[in-house]
Amino acid sequence: MSDKIKCVIWDLDNTLWDGIIAEGDSVEFRHEARRLVEEFDRRGILQSVASKNDREPALDTVARFGVAEYFLYPQVGWWPKSESVARIAKYLDIHLSAVCLIDDDPFERDEAASGCPGLRTFDSRRLEELDLVDALIPSVITPDGSQRRLMYQSEIRRKEAEEASNTTNAQFLNDLGMVLSITNVSEGDLDRAEELTVRTHQLNTTGRSYSREELEGFSKSPDHRLLVASLEDRYGTYGKVGLILLHCDPDTWTIQLLLTSCRVISRGIGGILLHWLAVAAKTRGVRLQGEFVPNDRNRIMWITYHFANFRAVPGSTDAVILENDLKQLLPPPDFISLRVADSLRSEFGEGIIHDDLADSPTTC
Amino acid sequence: MDENHREIRGFFARYLRSTDFADNEDVFAAGRMNSLFAVQLVLFVEKQFAVTVGSEDLDMRNFRSVDAVGDFVRRKRGALVATTAPTSQGHSH
Repeated sequence: MSDKIKCVIWDLDNTLWDGIIAEGDSVEFRHEARRLVEEFDRRGILQSVASKNDREPALDTVARFGVAEYFLYPQVGWWPKSESVARIAKYLDIHLSAVCLIDDDPFERDEAASGCPGLRTFDSRRLEELDLVDALIPSVITPDGSQRRLMYQSEIRRKEAEEASNTTNAQFLNDLGMVLSITNVSEGDLDRAEELTVRTHQLNTTGRSYSREELEGFSKSPDHRLLVASLEDRYGTYGKVGLILLHCDPDTWTIQLLLTSCRVISRGIGGILLHWLAVAAKTRGVRLQGEFVPNDRNRIMWITYHFANFRAVPGSTDAVILENDLKQLLPPPDFISLRVADSLRSEFGEGIIHDDLADSPTTC
Repeated sequence: MDENHREIRGFFARYLRSTDFADNEDVFAAGRMNSLFAVQLVLFVEKQFAVTVGSEDLDMRNFRSVDAVGDFVRRKRGALVATTAPTSQGHSH
């Protein structure tokens, strides 16, 4: 795996600003720090704060300087910094080896590093050198890197709402107003598509992962369709969360890969995609099969296939072939609407799910 | 079996966030639950009652109500007893 840093954690006193607020200093925001905070955000690197301070005045100062929105799960308190760093990594679900701490105090840097194996640290008195640190330059910078932070922020709001909600699980999902968009994988999606196959084990029907080059090949192959699904709801976007590799014969479609990101494990996306494909295959008059390679992690997808009316074809061996006989289509899931890209509609139709919503998918 | 029933009902109640449902209520038909819950339910049944849910069992009819799940668990356990200790337990069907 790459050694790129996905999260930068900032100390406050004498790092983000000059001066120490607990000593009553009138602190001044460091110009270079502000530039880097904005730059890292643009690069799609997540950021947080770990500071030994009283929480209120410290966070008030951050807000006063107009940078509060950049920091996820800021940790301010008098506990060891290693605890703050570990907590941030846990909340963001990022491995410590992909995190760095910027701090002026060598003692704090050492304490955090020894408590957090793999953590990298930088001396904030040499901020101007950080621009060129290779680990802080992602291999791909998308046009809108801030999207990544916004995705985490919407997830935080969503979780809070879920915890506060006193409706049923099904009702909560309904209230989210989820919209799943399905499109062809384009050039710009290839890196994310590769990342999904490499990182998704639990919700991957074959356990296979594919390189960017292989995926690019499928996206151009006349016999294959490589489709990506993005999810959004009233709290914002979840990003690209599902991938389908479909082999299209004139009389049979074979799902060679279906995967959904573990971030949406509780959203039922796999079943919805299978339902959409079943409706499309039936409309098109082709058979619909799915390859499945069981392993010790992907049982959820096996169950999902079965509840979507797929059954093993007798005689299939190590890669089990499942088939939906399409005789009886299940009622469409009603807690999510589909938006199918124009370029896919002639071949796949609109999935007839909420067909009244095809043109205005965000209405509930 | 009462113990099983209580645990199954508890699982349904956690998802429905309510105790206002009948043991024989089809929670899927009533729209109170979606297919996603079915997947969670299968994993729960396997873990909680140490039964294996085979491909042939992955049918909504086995999971649509508290009673259905209770019957299913009882059936699987019965089969387990019958196959692992056929002589001492005798054959139930």
